[in-house]
Amino acid sequence: MSYAIETSGLAKSFGKTTALAGVELQIRKGSVYGLLGPNGAGKTTTIRILTTLIRPTAGTARVLGLDVVREAKAVRRKVSLTGQAASVDEDLTGRENLILVGRLLGLAWAAAKARADQMLEAFGLEEAGARQVRTYSGGMRRRVDIAASLVVVPEVLFLDEPTTGLDPRSRNQVWELVRFIAAEGTTVLLTTQYLEEADRLAERMAVIDHGKVIAEGTSRDLKSSIGANALRVRVGSAEQRARAIELVTGVVGEGVFAAQEPVELTARVEGPEQAARVLAALGAGKIEIAQFSVGDPSLDEVFLALTGKPPQEVTQEAKS
Amino acid sequence: MSDGLPSNARMHELLSMRAPEHPASGLSSVITLAWRAMLKIKHVPFQLFDVTITPIMFTLLFTYIFGGAIAGSPGEYIQYLLPGIVVQTIVFITVYTGVGLNTDIQKGLYDRFRSLPIWQPSPLLGALLGDVFRYAMATTLIVVLGTILGFRPGGGLLGVLAAVGLVLLFAFAMSWLWIIIGMLVRTPESVMTTSFVFLMPLTFASNIFVGLDTMPGWLRTVVGNNPVTFLADAARKLMHGDPAGPEVLRVLLATAVVLVIAVPIAIRLYRKER
Repeated sequence: MSYAIETSGLAKSFGKTTALAGVELQIRKGSVYGLLGPNGAGKTTTIRILTTLIRPTAGTARVLGLDVVREAKAVRRKVSLTGQAASVDEDLTGRENLILVGRLLGLAWAAAKARADQMLEAFGLEEAGARQVRTYSGGMRRRVDIAASLVVVPEVLFLDEPTTGLDPRSRNQVWELVRFIAAEGTTVLLTTQYLEEADRLAERMAVIDHGKVIAEGTSRDLKSSIGANALRVRVGSAEQRARAIELVTGVVGEGVFAAQEPVELTARVEGPEQAARVLAALGAGKIEIAQFSVGDPSLDEVFLALTGKPPQEVTQEAKS
Repeated sequence: MSDGLPSNARMHELLSMRAPEHPASGLSSVITLAWRAMLKIKHVPFQLFDVTITPIMFTLLFTYIFGGAIAGSPGEYIQYLLPGIVVQTIVFITVYTGVGLNTDIQKGLYDRFRSLPIWQPSPLLGALLGDVFRYAMATTLIVVLGTILGFRPGGGLLGVLAAVGLVLLFAFAMSWLWIIIGMLVRTPESVMTTSFVFLMPLTFASNIFVGLDTMPGWLRTVVGNNPVTFLADAARKLMHGDPAGPEVLRVLLATAVVLVIAVPIAIRLYRKER
């Protein structure tokens, strides 16, 4: 079996709330895999099932060929989790936290101490090691948290939103670390809300929404599924939009969506020429263009294309 | 490499450690987690407030405020009160077991523990061991202070130690109740509020401060069957060297009942998902 993670029909309900509605995943050993989706999509629930913290309501999940329910203890020996909340003891120093984890994983005291010092070095925390974690910055806290997951290098590492809330420098450090870890042969499954993050780190990714995988592939696959670029247009008034959508559809065919805002629409365009033709068609149709912008599709637009739901935000805008 | 991280070659060395043959044994993980509790005391000495300042205050206040009225003089009263104050203080601070557990769960720390290949109840037991150490500290403090104020236990050191041992055992059992509450409610504050609903009647509707004689009949029935009364009786008799067989037996029985009911519930809740 060459899959590090394999799930089939994975479902989870909390009372009447359905968190997962049949998730299918196949993640190759030694790869970095991204799980993308908005808050509440089911990313964390998936990770919690795969790390044996909760049990699925239906379906199966295997980690390194081991069933997460029936062989939970064996799974725990092979995986590490860095959750969203920093799962280190804030009252203890960074070093003590690492010793604690080393001891719990079966290292003798001396070995656990030596290993803690190594990890502090690997994560650039030598000076901070003797200080209580509560005095750490967000980036340092995240690093010590990831370090705790690597005291014994796991075969599969789960990172739940590893860079949420971090400044760009700390984010880059975490990205660098993830690349190192993967280069050593550990399979990494990370969740993120940012396409850019998955883009930089993950070979493949799954987009998850309402507890289901709605798209899977490389980042190029995902982007090309909605076209190379997204053209956003704001028309002069809401009444003009229906006509505008007709005109744009006449040029680009499929992939034109009404946005949440009543005056806005999004179209998938192949390149600048097509974008120009769309704008010309709107002009010829006497549609007033208040604003337009062309950009890379964001995760929102991937969603828009995949689910038909409007994007939550517009990233780049240019005055016409 | 950028950002103050070591060179690629060094990183390769540092990140190549694989799992040891055997994960930690149950005993070893409990000891490690008790070590964590000790470290917390070292780093946050303020958390010893409840096991130092509070008992000192209680002992002084109750001895001097009630002493004259209840027993004729503070010196007389402290002979009766001191074993009771030990019981009251310890029973009260068992709540912090639940508070600490709840805090750890909210902070995500238990997610890490639960995802490790360790004997699952060891985080609970490790924390409890740390707490029993705190209880022992508070007890020592009260007994020493009491002796300074004129407490003269007839049972000598042995009697006092026996009483203290019994109180710690009972406290260990009580702590499991707060572990359950700690896992059921959302915030550390609600653990406090919820537990006080039980603690106030449990400690005050007992014979810690006064004997049963002046209480109305119905209350006497309640107080007479309160396990805290059993414990206060047993502690008093042990400390003063009186025969305490039946009292000790009742406490052991109450302890066993609490443990038999609370431990399985607590462990089941702990394993249950959150």
